[in-house]
Amino acid sequence: MPETASRWSSLSAAAAGQYLQRMLADPLMAPRSTELAVVRAEGLVRAFGARRAVDGVSLALRGGECLALFGPNGAGKTTLLRLLAGLLAPSAGDCLVGGVSLRADGGRAARSRVGLISHASMLYAALSARENVEFSARMYGLRRPADAAMRALKAMRVADRADAPVRSLSRGLQQRVSIARAIVHEPLLLLCDEPYTGLDEVGSAALTEALAARRAHGAALLLVTHNLSEGLALATHAAIMRRGRFVRFEERAEVDGASYVSAYRELVTADA
Amino acid sequence: MPESSLASPISLDADAPALPGLMRASWLVARKDLAIEFRTRTAFFSALVFALLGLTIFYFAWDPTAVAAIDLAPGVLWVIFTFSGLLGLQRSFGVEQADRAMDALLAAPVEREAIYLGKAAANFLFVAGVQIVAIPAVALFYNVPLGRIWLSLGGIAVLAALGIVAVGTLFSAMAVNTRLAELLLPMLSLPFFVPVVMAAAQTTSRLLAGRPEAEAWPWLRILLGFDLVFVVACAIAFPYTLDE
Amino acid sequence: MTTPTTGRDESVRRADPGSRPAPAEGAPAHPALIDGWIIAAAVAVIAAYVRAIWFTPPEATQGLAQKIYYLHLPAALNAYLAFGVVFVTSIVYLWLRDDRADLVAEASAEVGLLFTTVVLTTGPIWGKPIWGTWWTWDARLTLTLFLWFIYAGYLVLRGAILEPALRARYSAVLGILGALLIPFIHMSVYLFRTLHPMPIVLKPSRPSLPPEMLHTLLFSFCAFVLVYLALVRARYRLSLERARLAELEASFEGGR
Repeated sequence: MPETASRWSSLSAAAAGQYLQRMLADPLMAPRSTELAVVRAEGLVRAFGARRAVDGVSLALRGGECLALFGPNGAGKTTLLRLLAGLLAPSAGDCLVGGVSLRADGGRAARSRVGLISHASMLYAALSARENVEFSARMYGLRRPADAAMRALKAMRVADRADAPVRSLSRGLQQRVSIARAIVHEPLLLLCDEPYTGLDEVGSAALTEALAARRAHGAALLLVTHNLSEGLALATHAAIMRRGRFVRFEERAEVDGASYVSAYRELVTADA
Repeated sequence: MPESSLASPISLDADAPALPGLMRASWLVARKDLAIEFRTRTAFFSALVFALLGLTIFYFAWDPTAVAAIDLAPGVLWVIFTFSGLLGLQRSFGVEQADRAMDALLAAPVEREAIYLGKAAANFLFVAGVQIVAIPAVALFYNVPLGRIWLSLGGIAVLAALGIVAVGTLFSAMAVNTRLAELLLPMLSLPFFVPVVMAAAQTTSRLLAGRPEAEAWPWLRILLGFDLVFVVACAIAFPYTLDE
Repeated sequence: MTTPTTGRDESVRRADPGSRPAPAEGAPAHPALIDGWIIAAAVAVIAAYVRAIWFTPPEATQGLAQKIYYLHLPAALNAYLAFGVVFVTSIVYLWLRDDRADLVAEASAEVGLLFTTVVLTTGPIWGKPIWGTWWTWDARLTLTLFLWFIYAGYLVLRGAILEPALRARYSAVLGILGALLIPFIHMSVYLFRTLHPMPIVLKPSRPSLPPEMLHTLLFSFCAFVLVYLALVRARYRLSLERARLAELEASFEGGR
């Protein structure tokens, strides 16, 4: 334990130092605070006509933290994820990833630090796994896209099928390739929408390892799931979303699993 | 846990990523589209066969004693060009809809216009590819000496392809999100294709008839103007078709 | 959505699931379909025709058929006016994202399609006795034909999209691109006609109109503008009502 703690602290110190150097080197990365929040959202609102899918969400996550987000269907979880990924522009509020706002410079610098995993694979069925992940690596501007792609595919244990067209892979393997695609550029913020769907034991283990590796490198995770036990197992923080707002937000350590589950069930059935 | 990258979570050295600019990102998207098309080849082959079939049908619908080949061929060439081009444009954004690949494109740190330009470039090569076969086929089937004017014809083909691809790519992006995608794309695009087809066909027939090039110049001016206006307008309009 | 809310939504949400929403206090009564504008427009059009048919002398060479012109030209001008409105409201929508601009564009497009159809049908009816053919690729008629195609495409596009925000955005893009197309069609058709001499038809040049005819024409034009405004207004209000209904249904669902 102490070894892990000291490794963590030295990692954090190294991360802090490198962050600082990066901020000084990169004019787009203006420091907003001395806190090392990887992602900070303030008052995010997204309206579709009169309906507010996300109605004032604020959160801040540091490197290594994992927020498990629960909520009934239609609560706005997917919309929130899409906002943080830069797929939707907020109607109000702002979000900073690694200190860079999603609204600055067309959001490109912020998007480059975000990875997205969802139940749709976002792959091109006709291309091979390697081609898909390499394309992603190139789009994120990595210098050595082929190497990065192979590394990611290896981490997800799917490197042996790298050259088969994606459509010939099973759903579980496709999901692994999709995760490789999402982590190839080593994002600071990883947004996961039901990522364990369709994964078998090997795949789940590979995913958990990859998520842990990302967290060790200072990334923050946001995990949307309907599986409370799975979510709570990975999380450092837990939140429940309902009608576009967080109705509960607390640290995992403060939460008792059983009572949380029953409180959640109550909330969900109240909405049905 | 992989050991190698533990020491440097964020690398500052020359390995740091450089976000692709507009041109590079467009090139990446175009290359990806062409790779997909090359892998399956079905759309290109279908468009090619369609073009040849169309030429054949027009041939048999034609009364050679009433209309000379040299009068008919330009019209047939450019009408077939339009419809086979539409076939290629149809599938342009379809590939992004499956598995929501479009989300990955939108999440990438590239400008939105790059997606449009990349796809338009890929479509341009698609249409040009069909033309490379269709134009000689017209010369063959209708026995018209297109070879005489091959350079000018090539130039017209490039300008015409640019025009229909600029508008067609944008409408393809829109149509793919509607209920009547296959019907809507031709219905929206064809009015826009008319100036292109007119200019191309009129120029071709004048050049074939041996008229001086200066006579074709007014039509070329319209075609050039069309290309300029619509490439820019559609590139600007593209981000508005995205849900942002 | 910028329709005026009357607090109805909140009361519906609090209502118990089984009941239907009661109309809130102060809700505007359902507007009648036939209102002052439509009546005024109808009167104006009837007056214009009475004047055109009975009180304006027939034209010397063309005879009675020429009277269709009083229908044809104002309809054409209004068709282009309607498209201009679609163009402007499309820009306004993309700039301000105000749903009302989109509704006005839709109303104007529908009325514009109507007027364009009138032009395309009266053109041949006028042309046949005078030119001997039902259709000539007359520059103006051709341009109007393309306008018809653009309107039709616009309305089919709208019909193919269910989600209001997407529909509004796509329609606005088409509205703007369509307006950019019109000059190119005009140039192409004009060039086509000057280089392709059409078979000689007896096409009388527009005669300098004696004052009576000019007055009738102006009167007819004003009547048509009134019809345009009345129809757009009615259609716009219909859209507002529909939108309000959709909103009510949505909030009723949400309150359960």
